[in-house]
Amino acid sequence: MKFIAEIDVMPLKALLDPQGKAVNRSMNNIGFDTVENVRIGKHISFTIEAENKEKAEKLVDKACSKILSNPIMEGYSFTIKKID
Amino acid sequence: MKFGVIVFPGSNCDHDMIYSLGEILRQEVVPLWHKEVDLKSCDIIALPGGFSYGDYLRSGSIARFSPIMDEVINFANKGGFVFGVCNGFQILCEAGLLPGALLHNVNQKFICKNQYIKPEHTDTAMSLLAKSDEPLKIPIAHGEGRYFATKEVLSEMITNGQIVWRYCDADGSLTEASNPNGSIMNIAGVCNKNKNVFGMMPHPERATDPELGNTDGKVILESIIKSFN
Repeated sequence: MKFIAEIDVMPLKALLDPQGKAVNRSMNNIGFDTVENVRIGKHISFTIEAENKEKAEKLVDKACSKILSNPIMEGYSFTIKKID
Repeated sequence: MKFGVIVFPGSNCDHDMIYSLGEILRQEVVPLWHKEVDLKSCDIIALPGGFSYGDYLRSGSIARFSPIMDEVINFANKGGFVFGVCNGFQILCEAGLLPGALLHNVNQKFICKNQYIKPEHTDTAMSLLAKSDEPLKIPIAHGEGRYFATKEVLSEMITNGQIVWRYCDADGSLTEASNPNGSIMNIAGVCNKNKNVFGMMPHPERATDPELGNTDGKVILESIIKSFN
């Protein structure tokens, strides 16, 4: 079966995200003055072959912790959907 | 003593390192292509600066899985001497050979300038010839150099004497203004618990040739050589 994984990798909340901070300030300056807590991360998607959804999830989780994110600075979340 | 300088796709300070170690410090030095799986009986492995794999994903995150890195990790775990400069430091952190991580500079800018650093300890292999009251002027050139480690890891590092270099001003004061990238505790370089793996963001190899007007980096590279003799 083929699955599509959609992964979000975000900087940890405890860490300063200078990119998010700069964008937040700019948004406030151009009229989006109620915007707060902008944080910028990465979105990664790929397709994967696996026997079932559970195995696909395990593979994606392993990929996230091994290479796609660094636990010292980032957290991740993902969704998996079967594709035809 | 034989140095091996690893060349990753996107390394751009490998030749500076080879020149500095070979021509200035008169050491035997060989390049090691990242796809090799043999360290060619080198005594010391250097990971140079640059932008391995274009800094894609995170700096050092892809190079960390280059074929030669398994050998480097084995070598380091057996007590072999490994040091990384700039991107080399980032790769060693990603490989888990050094604690912590290097985040985007706090001002979101690529910083390229001369920067003073001073040793936190002068009993390590990379700081043996340095003096704590004589800051060294060493070039920095990076966009992702903000050193970070959790409180728990930092306190362990302090206890073990793993903080090796800190950013300071010309007088040696550790101020916020002398911290170029927002690194925690002004940290510019660290080592592992066993003190055989070192990483630093500043480039000592760029400050060894008298023709360039600054030889402060020799103190750092000569420390390594002295520690082996």
